Amino acid sequence: MNLEGLEMVAVLVVLALFVKVLEQFGLFEPVSLEDSVEDEFELSTVCHRPEGLEQLQEQTKFTRKELQVLYRGFKNECPSGIVNEENFKQIYSQFFPQGDSSTYATFLFNAFDTNHDGSVSFEDFVAGLSVILRGTVDDRLNWAFNLYDLNKDGCITKEEMLDIMKSIYDMMGKYTYPALREEAPREHVENFFQKMDRNKDGVVTIEEFIESCQKDENIMRSMQLFDNVI
Amino acid sequence: MAAGVAAWLPFARAAAIGWMPVANCPMPLAPADKNKRQDELIVLNVSGRRFQTWRTTLERYPDTLLGSTEKEFFFNEDTKEYFFDRDPEVFRCVLNFYRTGKLHYPRYECISAYDDELAFYGILPEIIGDCCYEEYKDRKRENAERLMDDNDSENNQESMPSLSFRQTMWRAFENPHTSTLALVFYYVTGFFIAVSVITNVVETVPCGTVPGSKELPCGERYSVAFFCLDTACVMIFTVEYLLRLFAAPSRYRFIRSVMSIIDVVAIMPYYIGLVMTNNEDVSGAFVTLRVFRVFRIFKFSRHSQGLRILGYTLKSCASELGFLLFSLTMAIIIFATVMFYAEKGSSASKFTSIPASFWYTIVTMTTLGYGDMVPKTIAGKIFGSICSLSGVLVIALPVPVIVSNFSRIYHQNQRADKRRAQKKARLARIRVAKTGSSNAYLHSKRNGLLNEALELTGTPEEEHMGKTTSLIESQHHHLLHCLEKTTNHEFIDEQMFEQNCMESSMQNYPSTRSPSLSSHTGLTTTCCSRRSKKTTHLPNSNLPATRLRSMQELSTIHIQGSEQPSLTTSRSSLNLKADDGLRPNCKTSQITTAIISIPTPPALTPEGESRPPPASPGPNTNIPSIASNVVKVSAL
Repeated sequence: MNLEGLEMVAVLVVLALFVKVLEQFGLFEPVSLEDSVEDEFELSTVCHRPEGLEQLQEQTKFTRKELQVLYRGFKNECPSGIVNEENFKQIYSQFFPQGDSSTYATFLFNAFDTNHDGSVSFEDFVAGLSVILRGTVDDRLNWAFNLYDLNKDGCITKEEMLDIMKSIYDMMGKYTYPALREEAPREHVENFFQKMDRNKDGVVTIEEFIESCQKDENIMRSMQLFDNVI
Repeated sequence: MAAGVAAWLPFARAAAIGWMPVANCPMPLAPADKNKRQDELIVLNVSGRRFQTWRTTLERYPDTLLGSTEKEFFFNEDTKEYFFDRDPEVFRCVLNFYRTGKLHYPRYECISAYDDELAFYGILPEIIGDCCYEEYKDRKRENAERLMDDNDSENNQESMPSLSFRQTMWRAFENPHTSTLALVFYYVTGFFIAVSVITNVVETVPCGTVPGSKELPCGERYSVAFFCLDTACVMIFTVEYLLRLFAAPSRYRFIRSVMSIIDVVAIMPYYIGLVMTNNEDVSGAFVTLRVFRVFRIFKFSRHSQGLRILGYTLKSCASELGFLLFSLTMAIIIFATVMFYAEKGSSASKFTSIPASFWYTIVTMTTLGYGDMVPKTIAGKIFGSICSLSGVLVIALPVPVIVSNFSRIYHQNQRADKRRAQKKARLARIRVAKTGSSNAYLHSKRNGLLNEALELTGTPEEEHMGKTTSLIESQHHHLLHCLEKTTNHEFIDEQMFEQNCMESSMQNYPSTRSPSLSSHTGLTTTCCSRRSKKTTHLPNSNLPATRLRSMQELSTIHIQGSEQPSLTTSRSSLNLKADDGLRPNCKTSQITTAIISIPTPPALTPEGESRPPPASPGPNTNIPSIASNVVKVSAL
């Protein structure tokens, strides 16, 4: 009597094994165990080809040779022809090992990505650089204003400026002399508005910005600083 | 249309002359070849190795780099060739693709290097020819698995800042090395599993005789003790199971997992036994249930990685095992039938039925040969020997497959462990490289300052310039310098930062100092923000006070600024609190700013980027004006 239980168990075991065997031969639903890494090869190679050299030469102020040099560097980092935000942040962070440059890189990315499609192609890249490096001082000031104006509504509010300032201070990292305090960006923003906001309405418009910058010799001089970068 | 065939298009068009006589309607005009230029040879210089091909060959695939105008970006005017700074070996395969239309994957090439090259030339890897596609896919999958392994182990070892209590518990269960509590728990459960298994075993050992009755097993002699032990173990296992159930991120998936089923099966017999104690009818089933207590030994698989590998191997060799089982079953049935009919004639034969012969067949095929059932007829003996020979073959065939699977998985595990150990060293090296680059900047700053200091004091010592920095390095340093100027803070390295913090936290009572700075050689700094909990603010953030140091570093003395209408409140509080390590400047509005980079003080260099001279006599003597409200604005 007390063997019946075990007999039943034994018979059940044999039956289960038999079922498993039949399963292996596809008579039941084939149980596939190797499904784990059947990855779909994402056709992530969305290849973007830039316009021809001639058109780029017309659209920007770079010479042919400069465009070639720029393109080679660009393609080296981004063989697919476009940069997305992650890549951009990664590339930019290589230059600032001590701090966290990701926020500022995001702002830069948005400034370069003029059509707001989430990726910067070579044309966008070169168009931005053309303004920064070969444009007139007014063009450059315009570009800087566009960078600061996060929501692109034509005026810089204190909050936008504070975000930008914080991101710049973030790039310094922790080990600075003198030590960074919490209020440092805010105070810097206050100074900025003190200087730029003529009519004291709490926002800086493009005219105020350009006017104030043109009055400051330091700023005007520093705008020319990076002309020989390429 | 395949690429190579394009060359035959002129022939196909010429052969269309055969249709002309029978056509009814007039033919369309032929497209004019606008730029009828001779096909020219293009020279492709890939890292020095020159490849030459026809232009039309490259133009067969216009959506790749070589086939489109994109290659003009790489045209070198001087040598009239296209220069690519890439790997010439892989370029061979790429160019062959244009020539033959088939892309091959060389076996010796690293898979990610190959992928990078294909991405550069704008070729999709999916067009790899059938001959090489399998290899490519296999290598790619291996690589992906390895990366996934790395990512998984990375995620496991990352210390995530904020985990809920439940998540910490789950992590503690899965990786006992994360905290001491988890380790303790791990060992305790292991101990109790061992105790439980040993109890089950010893329970059945005959324990000596009670006088007047037969030999009793220990379980019945000391039944109370064994019952207590069993209860304790089951308590622990129940608590463990419930805790795991609570902590699991997905309870449904946890309940379905193998380990949880083993846990349940291990503790259920006890509870069922409690419920149906003295019912004679089901005591048979009760005995059966006790068998399931042996499953507690499987709980050890959480504690042993080898067991887990074995289990995973068996799972992955399921098809081989299934084949083994199937072929064995077939053979058993065949041979059992044959033996039964062969031995049917002999008297007193043990082969009473075909199922009874199964036992003989199994024992013979696995070469056990107990000898409790032996054939007596000649036919039986002949078929018996065939049975044992075939048994050896059938069992030996699938076993190497299982063994090789186990070996592969085991080595993979070894590699993963080795990689994890090396990863720490690798990360440390990367960190060193990173700090090295920032240290390079600080080092070059000091060198540069030292140089200028030496020049200005007029001592014509030899230049400690050290190694001349490359152009890229100096440009990078210029960039970092611009950032420093923008934020008016300097980069320093970690030790000095700690030093500063400690020193400034020890400074106090600066109220005895006068606000004039020329006599000061050691001014306090504002302490690290995290230490100074007191809320006095210096009005201008971009004009902090610094300390004069030795000649090694230049100091910039910025004096607290002038009227800032929006911030007067904080200044008054600054005046009151004198015992918190901050300089009590700005008591009056007489102090002016002396930002070095502004050209108004004539003794200072007006260049934006060059560092100011050592400041001890300098800016202090040039503070004539009052309340010059100059504020430095950060340019881009």
